[in-house]
Amino acid sequence: MNGLLRPVLVIVWKDLLLELRSKDLVVSVLVFGLLVVLVFNFALNNAPGRSEELAPGILWAAFAFAAVMAMNRAFVRDQEQGGLEGLLISPVSRDAIFLGKALTSLVFMLLVEAALLPVYAVMLNFSALSFNLVLTIFLGTLGFAVVGTLFSAMAVQTRSRELMLPVLFFPVVLPVIIASVEASTRAVGGETFIGLGRWLPLIGVFDAVFLVICPWIFAFVVEE
Amino acid sequence: MASSQSLTSPSSRMPSAKTVMAAITGVMMVINLYLIFMVAPTDSVLGHVQRVFYFHVPIAIMSFLAFFVVFAGSVMYLITRSPKWDAVAHAAAEVGVVLVTLALITGIIWARPVWNTWWTWEPRLTTTLILWLIYVAYLMVRSYAPTQSKGAIYAAVMGIVGFVDVPIVYYSVVWWRSIHPSPVVGPFAQADALDGTMALVLLYSFITFVFFFVYMVMERMSLRSMEEALGRIRFTLRRSGR
Repeated sequence: MNGLLRPVLVIVWKDLLLELRSKDLVVSVLVFGLLVVLVFNFALNNAPGRSEELAPGILWAAFAFAAVMAMNRAFVRDQEQGGLEGLLISPVSRDAIFLGKALTSLVFMLLVEAALLPVYAVMLNFSALSFNLVLTIFLGTLGFAVVGTLFSAMAVQTRSRELMLPVLFFPVVLPVIIASVEASTRAVGGETFIGLGRWLPLIGVFDAVFLVICPWIFAFVVEE
Repeated sequence: MASSQSLTSPSSRMPSAKTVMAAITGVMMVINLYLIFMVAPTDSVLGHVQRVFYFHVPIAIMSFLAFFVVFAGSVMYLITRSPKWDAVAHAAAEVGVVLVTLALITGIIWARPVWNTWWTWEPRLTTTLILWLIYVAYLMVRSYAPTQSKGAIYAAVMGIVGFVDVPIVYYSVVWWRSIHPSPVVGPFAQADALDGTMALVLLYSFITFVFFFVYMVMERMSLRSMEEALGRIRFTLRRSGR
């Protein structure tokens, strides 16, 4: 276990350090997240009294788009400076590289979401102080991070890579979006854990399935 | 540089398997059309529009089969790295996208008189639409990849991830629908009312579309081997300074 965990954490630390020094990713995704809320507020005519039913949908639309923004950058820095080759040459298993990259994306996304959630709660007028909501956001974001990291490694190599990722990403993560919106609606409405029904298990199954498949497939994607 | 693969195999006088398949499919399709439009009884409630059903159901089933072939071909390609498997998956994906498109279009034509709406977010429709999007992404990532071999791998990745995802998509939209019940009737609501002749015509149509699918995949695979041969010729010409 130690043999897998250490390289994963080193990769996460490397990317966090890069981000800490430039701050371009987190800041731009944060601003983007605020703009998405602004657009949806007018597009859906978020009148007082309706925001309870609209808020979870807007929340997850913003998170999903922000995830694509963040994932698009996941491998760009490595690609541009040849860092990915360095990673691949280093005596680290492909699984560790994948898990490190996915964990980095998860941490970035959770940071952005933690910053956006209170702002959304105020602007969209719902209570974010719910364990169930936080759990839903964590599981949903985990699903985004796992599938997004795999596709990001592919998309970064293709022509028009910024466009390729959403085309690959959205159809596949649609169950996560559906389940997260449903679970969040219940969580915001004050339901208990049982009241969330099968939506959390559905996200859990999605996360588990792709946590098994994606590291295996990732090895084929990055090979030379 | 040994181009052992013959382009059109002009030396052999025997018709190729593909030609035989084309002939069988053609004859079967003509009979199929005759059965659908002349033999099958007109539906007492829906009228002639119901005949689209004999196309819609076999095409929809074949499109799911196509994506199983894509999945199997993708897994085998990643394991064995034999381009043969990639060619199978690629051909099945292209034919599959055409079939799903046809299934969606015939479904829309059928839905209008039956459900009084062109489209409804019913689980089966929604899943089919997402399936279409996944396999369009499969074809896109293949052609946008930096090299052909990378494209084959990326496409195989999408073929596997997409196929594994389909059941999860299906259950999520089923549950989503059961919580917001829709006013429309299920797609097979009147399937019990299928009389004997109708069922036989449907069965024949299904078999026809199995042949149609196999023939199209063969045709696409031979097209691909021609593309590859052409690529080799171009490469040789360019290297010789033309």
